[in-house]
Amino acid sequence: MAEKVLMKGNEAIAEAAIIAGCRHYFGYPITPQTEIAAYMAKRMPKIGGTFLQAESELAAISMVYGASAAGKRVMTSSSSPGISLKSEGISYIAGSDLPAVIVNAQRGGPGLGGIQPSQSDYFQATRGGGHGDYHMIVLTPDSVQEMAELTVKAFDLADKYRMPVMILADGTIGQMMEPVSFDFEVKAAPQKPWATTGTQMKRSHNVVNSLYLKPDELERTNFERFEKYETIKKNEALYEEYMMDDAEIVVAAFGIAARVSKNAVVAARKEGIKVGLIRPVTVWPFPDEPFAKAAKTAKQFISVELSMGQMIEDVKLATGCKVPVTLCNRVGGMIPSPAEVLDAIRNAAKGGKN
Amino acid sequence: MVVFDKPKSLADIPFHYCPGCTHGIVHRLVAEAIDELGIEGRTIGIAPVGCSVMAYDYFNCDMIEAAHGRAPAVATGVKRADPENNIVFTYQGDGDLASIGMAETVHSAARNENITIIFINNAIYGMTGGQMAPTSLPGQITQTSPYGRDVKHCGYPVKVCEMLAQLEGPEYLERVAVNSVPHIRAAKKAIKKAFENQINGKGFSLIEVISSCPTNWGMTPEKALKWIDDAMIPYYPLGVYKDRSAQKGE
Repeated sequence: MAEKVLMKGNEAIAEAAIIAGCRHYFGYPITPQTEIAAYMAKRMPKIGGTFLQAESELAAISMVYGASAAGKRVMTSSSSPGISLKSEGISYIAGSDLPAVIVNAQRGGPGLGGIQPSQSDYFQATRGGGHGDYHMIVLTPDSVQEMAELTVKAFDLADKYRMPVMILADGTIGQMMEPVSFDFEVKAAPQKPWATTGTQMKRSHNVVNSLYLKPDELERTNFERFEKYETIKKNEALYEEYMMDDAEIVVAAFGIAARVSKNAVVAARKEGIKVGLIRPVTVWPFPDEPFAKAAKTAKQFISVELSMGQMIEDVKLATGCKVPVTLCNRVGGMIPSPAEVLDAIRNAAKGGKN
Repeated sequence: MVVFDKPKSLADIPFHYCPGCTHGIVHRLVAEAIDELGIEGRTIGIAPVGCSVMAYDYFNCDMIEAAHGRAPAVATGVKRADPENNIVFTYQGDGDLASIGMAETVHSAARNENITIIFINNAIYGMTGGQMAPTSLPGQITQTSPYGRDVKHCGYPVKVCEMLAQLEGPEYLERVAVNSVPHIRAAKKAIKKAFENQINGKGFSLIEVISSCPTNWGMTPEKALKWIDDAMIPYYPLGVYKDRSAQKGE
């Protein structure tokens, strides 16, 4: 068995990024993702990499844009209010078809909100976040081990599809310590013939750009990008099913909400309630398939979220609204307890819709 | 016998700029500097948002189009990607560099980021049709200061070279103009030096180029060039504002 080390989730992201070949990190301080920047500041100079603290999130994401255009594996991290600022650059990265990895250790909002965990940036992450038609691939780890594994995967996906990939974590997973193994396979970055690395007088110039003043051209780039998104929807949706074989009640939850919900599912099973869990690991693309399948036999779905009900819309879409979907939630930095989720499951078992 | 030729690093396509606009002259000076220093193959240019947004079509080196004001941050990312090889320049207007991108300008200067910035100061937002810029002169009539820039209402123009010269960081700051042959010759020298500084690892160089915008100033090209002498240069004196290596006697 591979050696495990005890680490915070945020540190696991940073170490995994380095293992994935990321040598450029640009960030701006914000709680609760500080450990990522601190780790990078310590490690990067020792391995010939670059850590640079930018003057703002706007600048940090533009530095990411530049380093990515220049062909490097590059990452930034932030938390909710900072991600709003980075949304400008993320839109440019998407519009210029550049790979980049962005971590959002979500905190409560809106506005300055709080510094405690949240999942209320789900809409922002899964619908794009910035201006224009685009998506990011959005990965939602539920453990420190997954923080590491999904970070490596994020770099692969970003390069494979030339697009921004977000690790949508939260303050809890970022801060908690668990044993983690870094013994995983890492693919080398592909060749990037499109990168602005200098022509070396051997080719015509490369241009990284998202401006198309001719509407037919801009329409074509949008159509082409969305064809790519269809491929991603087909091939990259990830999820975990837990006790789903005979489930009549289905809990949907990701990240820290899924950790809590698993305990509640186990407790409910002990009471004889036929309940299971579907945990989306990618929330864009959303794993429609297991939900559509479960909707054929299940009586009710419960979306457990640290938001006022955002993922619930995707659950309703994936199930075609054939079965009632209720919400079990806490917000503002509060986390539902297993007992609260268990109550929601019991209520559903009794036929209650709320 | 060829007596006049286009610089090799400038693409052979017509500029979209208005008649009498001096962007074409400055593009040419940048391209001449790149040619003379033999760095086209390792140069990456960053185009801004503004009239020169499509500069990426005009230069034969690799080019990147940046978000409004973020060119120095994008340049930082490109430079840090390969500091030994990449020669990186930004080409920015006054709204881009001195208003929405002020933080990126000041902090790239403070870091002494080893990049070259070509700053076009024509005291107006050209591409959007002639709004008041951070560098519009007191009393200047624009679309958004139709009664003349009232400093009591919207404050004073930003003097970028003077302001950045207060920082410890930057290597080289010079203000030039392109409204006459002697001014163009001086501008060429400054732009080339700004690239040489980068090649020699000296750090941040910014050349502010006082330029004309006849269309949005509502002047003939000839009158616009004269207005640079009569109104712009008195407010924005030409000259070297910082040259660290020269000060140190290097």
